[in-house]
Amino acid sequence: MAVASDVPKESFRLSMLIYDTRYRSITIQIFVLILFGLFLAWLLNNTAQNLATRGKEFNFGFLWQRAGYDIGQAIVPYTNDSNHFRALLVGLVNTLVVAILGCIFATILGVIIGVLRLSKNWLVGRLMTVYVEMFRNVPLLLWILLSYVILSETTPQPRDFRLTDEMAAAGEVPAASMMFWDSVAVTNRGTNIPSPLFDVSLGSVNVLGLTLNLTILAYIAVIAGSVWINQRILASARARQEATGDRPVTWWKSILVLFGPVVALSLALGLHLEIPELRGFNFQGGILVAHSFTALLIALTLYTAAFIAEIVRAGILAISRGQSEAAFALGLRPGRTMNLIILPQALRVIIPPLISQYLNLTKNTSLGIAVSYLDLRGTLGGITLNQTGRELECMLLMMLIYLTISLIISSLMNLYNRSVQIKVR
Amino acid sequence: MKKSVFLGVVAATTMVAGAAAAQATLESVKARGELICGSNTGLTGFGAPDASGNWAGFDVDLCRAVAAAIFGDATKVKFVPTTGETRFTALQSGEVDLLVRNSTWTVSRDSELALDFVAVNYYDGQGFMVKKDLGVSSAKELDGATVCIQTGTTTELNLADFFKQNNISYQPVTVADDSEAQRQYLAGACDAYTTDASGLAASRATMPDAENHIILPEIISKEPLGPVVRHGDNNWGDIVRWTYYALLIAEEKGITKANVAEVATSTADEEVKRLLGVSGDMGAKIGLPNDGFKNAIAAVGNYGEIFAANIGEGTSINLARGLNALWTQGGLQYAPPFR
Repeated sequence: MAVASDVPKESFRLSMLIYDTRYRSITIQIFVLILFGLFLAWLLNNTAQNLATRGKEFNFGFLWQRAGYDIGQAIVPYTNDSNHFRALLVGLVNTLVVAILGCIFATILGVIIGVLRLSKNWLVGRLMTVYVEMFRNVPLLLWILLSYVILSETTPQPRDFRLTDEMAAAGEVPAASMMFWDSVAVTNRGTNIPSPLFDVSLGSVNVLGLTLNLTILAYIAVIAGSVWINQRILASARARQEATGDRPVTWWKSILVLFGPVVALSLALGLHLEIPELRGFNFQGGILVAHSFTALLIALTLYTAAFIAEIVRAGILAISRGQSEAAFALGLRPGRTMNLIILPQALRVIIPPLISQYLNLTKNTSLGIAVSYLDLRGTLGGITLNQTGRELECMLLMMLIYLTISLIISSLMNLYNRSVQIKVR
Repeated sequence: MKKSVFLGVVAATTMVAGAAAAQATLESVKARGELICGSNTGLTGFGAPDASGNWAGFDVDLCRAVAAAIFGDATKVKFVPTTGETRFTALQSGEVDLLVRNSTWTVSRDSELALDFVAVNYYDGQGFMVKKDLGVSSAKELDGATVCIQTGTTTELNLADFFKQNNISYQPVTVADDSEAQRQYLAGACDAYTTDASGLAASRATMPDAENHIILPEIISKEPLGPVVRHGDNNWGDIVRWTYYALLIAEEKGITKANVAEVATSTADEEVKRLLGVSGDMGAKIGLPNDGFKNAIAAVGNYGEIFAANIGEGTSINLARGLNALWTQGGLQYAPPFR
């Protein structure tokens, strides 16, 4: 005790901030932080000064002005009288649709190709290698342009479908015809598919400014209910199997439960299809899926699937050989070994890099501008930006939106990742 | 503290430099030794590089005239191709000194985009082009048609207005520039192509089967096209404006590329003397050599000559003077007095 109190209490001197190792790192960090802050302030000041010189002000008011332009593919109701914010929403929904469908298709295709690439069949394995290397090593933009050109140059014009009176009299047939029992028409502008129509409308409700279509909600509720009941049936079958050793037959119950209610609901609402039909310059009625959308979706799927295939392959190879040997020793066939033993374990390795592929795909949808697909980049970052001249605001908003989408995707995927990781109990 | 002072100085210098750039386009052009002119990515007759890479056209000649007025040499000009989307940003950011690219003068471009349209070198209107075998004779028959439209243009908005006013519908196909629009239109991906009537005529002239396409009679908008400069540098605006008017006055007074030198020595007309720099110091007052306008006329000819050589009757584009005739001949082209 006495010794400790004898040590002279060192007084704090300024030079210790640099020469004393206890304080040095903090000093440096604070100094760098100040420099960084000054740099940010300089950037902001520079931007403000330049805006002032150009006579521009930073203001998002333009979003509520009338847009005045038309958008070919709008899932959200939109006319040229809507405001720029509505146009932004149309673009956002278009972006999300292509991103979500792209992620789903790319995952399915990627898993199949990744597994097949490991096939013992020499031809299949090599073909998949060719696929992966071909799509991975050519820029995505070229694949988008290629699929668009193929779609729009090899398909007939709408007028080729027309049967005029003279042609009928001469016994000629139109140069092109519709597919699938005359319900789908592929023209050089897009694919016209039938749209579902209902005799009875359940109307819609307005919740917090969002218009919800009750018909769609009814379908979602019925399907969710069917799936839940089906799972109960399967669970009780499993319980019975564990208790008595023999499994009751459930397939007909499952089919009845899964499809019965949906069919009944469709009959009750009077579901029928509106078939597209050639009137005037174009096919009218039904839904027009523009080639810009199809081309973008195809290219994104094929391109990202090549990367996902490699991730899946790496995940499978990361599983110890002993696992499959053990499975074979138990008498499992190769297919079941893959599905029940290897893939569930490989998922732990696969999910984290898969997240970045989903993020890449979502951001790559902005390349749709090359084929005039009006996504967020096309509406907010394209036409709105041009017509209003608000470059800074539009760009910042667009970056913010893409950032938000990406953060949502990665947090959802991280949740899923946590659920497939090894549980340490 | 020293660092922040340093950064403050840097910021202040950047700011001053920015302000100076806005004020003195002429000085920076002179210091650089060439004019940078924003042009079309390729619209035959108005602004397009020819087979050997030399830019030619109605708008291009105005750029050359400005270069000749400043340097006495019409070749001291560099052309930067811009699309409908990039053109105004290129001008605002200082990438180009002057934009002559079929751009329509509107109030929002004057105010919100902080640009100055200094003159109207072509009075135009928006039209529609369709294939002859489509059997359409009026734009009002285009109900349900697919229409190709260049993005970032006034025509995009006019198109929406026109179809709405006539209670008919259409499907837009948005394209970036004229060549993409032509490709889509010729491939049949759209039934009609709409842009300024002059642009349609220019596009049609380059099509392999020009006779199979017609331009519909409706002109659905006013499209005054003209040279654009940045807001705030008034002297530079004056130089471009008066170079253009000099070409108009030259046509009015019968001064041509061929006779300008002779007229300068022999004329008794006081306005012509001032214009050609023989008397007075009008050129010098505006910041040009006193014979700047004479050099401009000698380099590219008067307005009528430029029109006839690039887009007039007899060329492949074959446009009549129409609204662009001189005011003395019933048109709208009118230059204020050179005094």
